[in-house]
Amino acid sequence: MHASSGNFDEMFDGGGHTRPAYAEYRRWYDEQPGEFLRRKNREADDAFRRTGITFNVYGENEAEERLIPFDMVPRIITAAEWRKLSRGIEQRVRALNSFLYDLYHRQEIVRAGRLPERLLRGNDAWLANMVGFTPPGGIYTHIVGIDLVRTGPDEFFVLEDNARTPSGVSYMLENRETMMGMFPDLFSRIAVESVSNYPRRLARSLAACAPPAFTGGKPTVAVLTPGIYNSAYFEHAFLADQMGAELVEGNDLRVVGGRVQMRTTLGYKPIDVLYRRVDDDYLDPLTFNPDSALGVPGIMDVYRAGGITIANAPGTGVADDKAIYSFMPEIVEFYTGEKPLLPNVQTWRCADKDALAYVLDNLAELVVKEVHGSGGYGMLIGPTSSKREIAAFREKLIARPDNYIAQPTLALSTCPIYTAKGLSPRHLDLRPFVLVSPEGIDITPGGLTRVALKKGSLVVNSSQGGGTKDTWVLKD
Amino acid sequence: MLGRTANSLFWMFRYLERAENTARLLDAALRMALTRDVATAEAEWRSVIATLGLQAAYEAAHDGYDGLQVWNFVLRGASNPGNIRAMFGAVRSNARTARTNISSDVWEAVNDNWMKLDAMLARPVGQTAVGEVLGAIRRAGTQVHGAFEGSILRDEGYHFARAGTFIERADSTARILDMKYFLLLPSLSYVGSSLDTGQWEQVLRSVAGARVYSWLNAGQIEARGIVEFVVLDDRFPRSLAFCRNALRETLAALARMHGADGQCNALMRDADTRISHLTVDQIFEAGLHEFLIDFLARNAAIAHAIAQDYRFHA
Repeated sequence: MHASSGNFDEMFDGGGHTRPAYAEYRRWYDEQPGEFLRRKNREADDAFRRTGITFNVYGENEAEERLIPFDMVPRIITAAEWRKLSRGIEQRVRALNSFLYDLYHRQEIVRAGRLPERLLRGNDAWLANMVGFTPPGGIYTHIVGIDLVRTGPDEFFVLEDNARTPSGVSYMLENRETMMGMFPDLFSRIAVESVSNYPRRLARSLAACAPPAFTGGKPTVAVLTPGIYNSAYFEHAFLADQMGAELVEGNDLRVVGGRVQMRTTLGYKPIDVLYRRVDDDYLDPLTFNPDSALGVPGIMDVYRAGGITIANAPGTGVADDKAIYSFMPEIVEFYTGEKPLLPNVQTWRCADKDALAYVLDNLAELVVKEVHGSGGYGMLIGPTSSKREIAAFREKLIARPDNYIAQPTLALSTCPIYTAKGLSPRHLDLRPFVLVSPEGIDITPGGLTRVALKKGSLVVNSSQGGGTKDTWVLKD
Repeated sequence: MLGRTANSLFWMFRYLERAENTARLLDAALRMALTRDVATAEAEWRSVIATLGLQAAYEAAHDGYDGLQVWNFVLRGASNPGNIRAMFGAVRSNARTARTNISSDVWEAVNDNWMKLDAMLARPVGQTAVGEVLGAIRRAGTQVHGAFEGSILRDEGYHFARAGTFIERADSTARILDMKYFLLLPSLSYVGSSLDTGQWEQVLRSVAGARVYSWLNAGQIEARGIVEFVVLDDRFPRSLAFCRNALRETLAALARMHGADGQCNALMRDADTRISHLTVDQIFEAGLHEFLIDFLARNAAIAHAIAQDYRFHA
């Protein structure tokens, strides 16, 4: 058991000694008989399969349900580390909301010359019909996921902002449930911040953003899902269930009397807040993709007239763009007047001539990403790619430089996972979940830790074979 | 509750009930085939396919009525879209759709059994495995019902599920009875005789009533008594009378919860006036087949009205 060389390990220091945050866990681990851990490891899979915590993968024939592999070694964050991180996250999320408001109103940041206008014009997620409109409560991103990576004791970086529809929070919650079910004694020995009230906080946060048409009482909240064949359906049903919200599909909804209403057994009933897990493009066939059967014809008109709150607001995807990301330090400073507490990863915008030249010269060392890409698709990881792959990517890059950004290949931190041969280090990241409402910003301690299960791999996405871990923030 | 969710609960329990009833039918046929000669066995398998209304699809795919072929066709036949494996798939996808309106206990009972059965039915089911498979299907039904009764809030969702259960069960019992009656027609010129008690016993086995019936009737097997038991005895949970009573209560509860009677309540009352106070002699006099056809049509009309009244569809 020792850290792999060359990168920061969460559990072991360079001399192979257990770091203080993991000390008690390590003691517990060493006390457990090997056969017990092997059995628990097998049981974990069964538990996830039985409860149906799966995501769908579309193969050639039919949709297949798969488990996201769960690793039973927790990722542990100290209280002090978390305090620092959460301050940085809060600052960034505050700036993101101010930024989105500004983009759809006076565009001060463009006028001030701090952000090139072409980044907005060329952005697929930009929605012209959000211009001049202020969402209920002034909130654009009710739910945000900030992807963080670590390279050293005090070096945390933001890798990506997910302001559109961040997913994975159900895994954060179920991972904890599973861990508490499997190892109750661990939680009596180590004081870990609870995550279980996330759904209640989400429900309260959404209810606090009721639209002008809301008539009083308790706002009706619904989760809009594309349906049981969507890859994240489990999460949609899980959140609706835990929040006590209705889980609706497009064909349950209709615009009646200026409100979006759902077809209940008693007739149509208005919805106040819609937590939609459907992309902007599919939200309203009258405004966006006319072929969409997943949305509600006319919902955008109702929205603009104050008849419903849509969370997250349409058009927030602008901020997920990786070219915009590269401006986040300027964005944070522009709207908060403070230096960013959480740094970005150094980013070369291939749209700039000098940057492109540098990137082309150093492709073998860099990670190159599409500005609109997500899920680990369409990217080049120089150090692990063949000469031929790099040559092919070079052509794509030269053909459309403004479609790409490049970053150094980070020495992501590792944390051990449980394997048949004992603990073995793997690279990981962290996605904390942030709720934004007029009452404030609320960050659940920890978040979702994604871990690359293949030794040496830097790709943690579940669609690319990544797994997850329970994430602990220790109490002081 | 959403109309679509009500629809899912209704169909989740219809498919669950249908799978269980179909398994019982196969179980009874299997037993008959084991204890009788080849010709009787073949007739029995033919009647299973006929009862399920699958002649055309079956005969398009197979030549003779051999047991192994029949049960594989019914359990998992690719040319039979309504096979039991598909029924369980439908139970599960309806449960997933209604996930926010069922408890974790119910969901896990459904999901667990689906995983087991789907694996069991992934390959052809041989002679030595068929009994085990049919048992697993029955147990799946029992477990889901058990979890449901023990954990579900008694709100409208509970009643949509019950409505599905009893609509389907009544449908199944009536079909089984009608098919046997048709096969036994010649012997019914004098009702009360015991021309083929084995066939009549088969009716009881198919509706899981053989043991109870012989306990009540001291082992006497005769047509009149069996029809009376399966149609009119409201103590027997698979009888038409029992299903009718349960459905009436459930539809009345739904009407109370929604503050108004629907078309389904009116149809239910109408159906009641036709069969309450009916004696078994009156049924035979007017014709059992005619009685059952009328029953099935009314049952289907009530199901349709439930979907309309409670906005199952857009």
